[in-house]
Amino acid sequence: MTPHKGPPRREVVTSPRTRAARRPRYPATMEIDEQTSLGEVYMRSLIRTQFRLALFVCTVLACLIGGLPLLFMLVPALREARLLGLPLPWVVLAGLIYPAFVAGAWLYVRSAERNERHFADLVERE
Amino acid sequence: MSAGLGLTAVLIVVVAALLIGAFGLRLSRTTSDFYVASRTVSPLWNASAIGGEYLSAASFLGIAGLILAYGADMLWLPVGWTGGYLVLLVLVSAPLRRSGAYTLPDFAEARLESMAVRRVASVLVVLIGWLYLMPQFQSAGLVFREITGAPAWVGGLLVAVVVGVNVLSGGMRSITFVQAFQYWLKLTALALPVAFLLLAWNHAGRPAPHGDVPPVFAEAVTVAVGADVTVRVQRPVTVTATGRVDGRAVRGEPVALGPGPHRIAHDTTVTFPAGTPVPHVADLPVLSDHEWALPLHGREHPVYATYSLILATFLGTMGLPHVLVRFYTNPDGRAARRTTLVVLTLLGAFYLMPAIYGFLGRLYTPELLMTGRTDAVVLTLPGRLVGGMAGDLLTALVTAGAFAAFLSTSSGLAVSVAGVIGQDILRGGVPSFRAATLMAISVPLVLATVARSLAVADVVGFAFAVAASSFCPLLVLGIWWRRLTTTGAMAGLLIGGGLAGGAGFAVIAGGPTTGWAGALLAQPAAWTVPISFLVMIAVSLLTPGRTPRGVARTMVRLHAPDTLDVNRGDWSPRST
Repeated sequence: MTPHKGPPRREVVTSPRTRAARRPRYPATMEIDEQTSLGEVYMRSLIRTQFRLALFVCTVLACLIGGLPLLFMLVPALREARLLGLPLPWVVLAGLIYPAFVAGAWLYVRSAERNERHFADLVERE
Repeated sequence: MSAGLGLTAVLIVVVAALLIGAFGLRLSRTTSDFYVASRTVSPLWNASAIGGEYLSAASFLGIAGLILAYGADMLWLPVGWTGGYLVLLVLVSAPLRRSGAYTLPDFAEARLESMAVRRVASVLVVLIGWLYLMPQFQSAGLVFREITGAPAWVGGLLVAVVVGVNVLSGGMRSITFVQAFQYWLKLTALALPVAFLLLAWNHAGRPAPHGDVPPVFAEAVTVAVGADVTVRVQRPVTVTATGRVDGRAVRGEPVALGPGPHRIAHDTTVTFPAGTPVPHVADLPVLSDHEWALPLHGREHPVYATYSLILATFLGTMGLPHVLVRFYTNPDGRAARRTTLVVLTLLGAFYLMPAIYGFLGRLYTPELLMTGRTDAVVLTLPGRLVGGMAGDLLTALVTAGAFAAFLSTSSGLAVSVAGVIGQDILRGGVPSFRAATLMAISVPLVLATVARSLAVADVVGFAFAVAASSFCPLLVLGIWWRRLTTTGAMAGLLIGGGLAGGAGFAVIAGGPTTGWAGALLAQPAAWTVPISFLVMIAVSLLTPGRTPRGVARTMVRLHAPDTLDVNRGDWSPRST
């Protein structure tokens, strides 16, 4: 673009920046491909995010699943408790726990996919 | 039940399986090549196929039987077999699919770049596969005897032959549709009778097992004892028996049984008067109905046993050889996650039912506690509660479902085991695949006939314990920890898998069943899983020089989102 004098001319932008205009920047996917330390940082951040998510789900699961026998052991009254006329341990272990699994899995899938979308946006943006 | 209907049901399932095997070969040659067709399979179909292959005799028959015998503690079994998929989903599913591994040894090779680790993984796959196949054959024998009265080995042999033919023809396995259909067949075969059973139970005024006494025979009942049993009589009782009792031949005359153990020979019928407490077979605990309904009562050291069971099932699922192969049919990691979500839903729906069978079994079929054949509860209940033609038809349906369970799981396992034997232990190629199939099936078949008969779900439990103590650490550390080394992985696989496998074989061979030793051996996961993880981590930290060279590229391959255009390395599985 040739420089010109006077106040800057106003221009109407009719299309977003083209691919060519963005070319000069170095895409992060190449950093990853060439295993530069920046690429490593990107990958480690993704793995750490996903691992934290997985660990979070596993911790909740461990507290829930590991906690139930402990609860039954420490509070014997719970073994005898009834819910809707049925014994509580049976209602939980033979019924309610399954929809809880599905709900947990659904939330996990949503979060994991969102993490991956964010990562893809990050490394594909220039 | 009428033997004719049951036999017809079994024959239909067997013939259908063989026909599908025969036609499947042609189909898989023309249209549905496994790898190509798989790319167009939707998550629902794929998940149904995983469910169809996963729900074995242990799920279909075994859980209900164990609940009948041991009560509320056994509810953890289906919980773990479903929850295992949640752990698999969050820790393993997407990276494992992206790895491109087709079998567990493939993954070991891809991640650790070592043929030695691959071979150890292969041996473990074979071990887990055999442990899983053996009780399938045993149950098939049990069911077949229940229908026809044939000796126990006949049913096992029947299933083994059908599976062998199918695996060699390459048909059944290659079609996702067939395995998917199996899931829906098994679901229907349990769900339809449950509706009738609950109606009958409701009609009877919703009785529930309660009270501080073990189950009693509500009315005079004649029990046919199939195999030799030792039962413990609690109160002196006079019965009439035909056959052999305590080594004495009897022909319909009254026999006085004092308190204590009594030996009843196979093919004896014993008639008990109404109100007799059910004599329990020697290795089942005598629980009052009240204790039975409460958690932490079923077995010796119930707290330890419960936690160990939880650990084995939640962590073992990811290491089962026939589960992983099905993940390969997902187009990418994202689809693998979504498929797993659907699998959880399908399994959850299925596992609502075994508890109902176990509960009703305690009420209506307590004589199974005496014959020791608690695995038969699912097959016995429809005939007991729903009389007449409807009862016969429902029994035939359950029988068909049970055989579908034997065939689908055994086929999936046999293919996985045969593939690994052929590829990694023999020399590869078609002739060695044939020999491998023979080995994959005949060894567990022989084990099934010579080993003492344990509850099907218990033996399957060992397969889970071995998987949880070997492949679970390998997969979890392999996927999330860069510093895992070849030596570390090898040490963990050998020690964890060896300890859990050793415990399993000790129990099957007749090791101690009581006290702490019995509990530790019967449910080894609580100590073998931590040992395996610790060994893998410690040895890896001690051998930092043995980190695979391509670990950075492998991590990109495992974790980079599927849509991203990055270099994922050029490894591809050999076993195709």
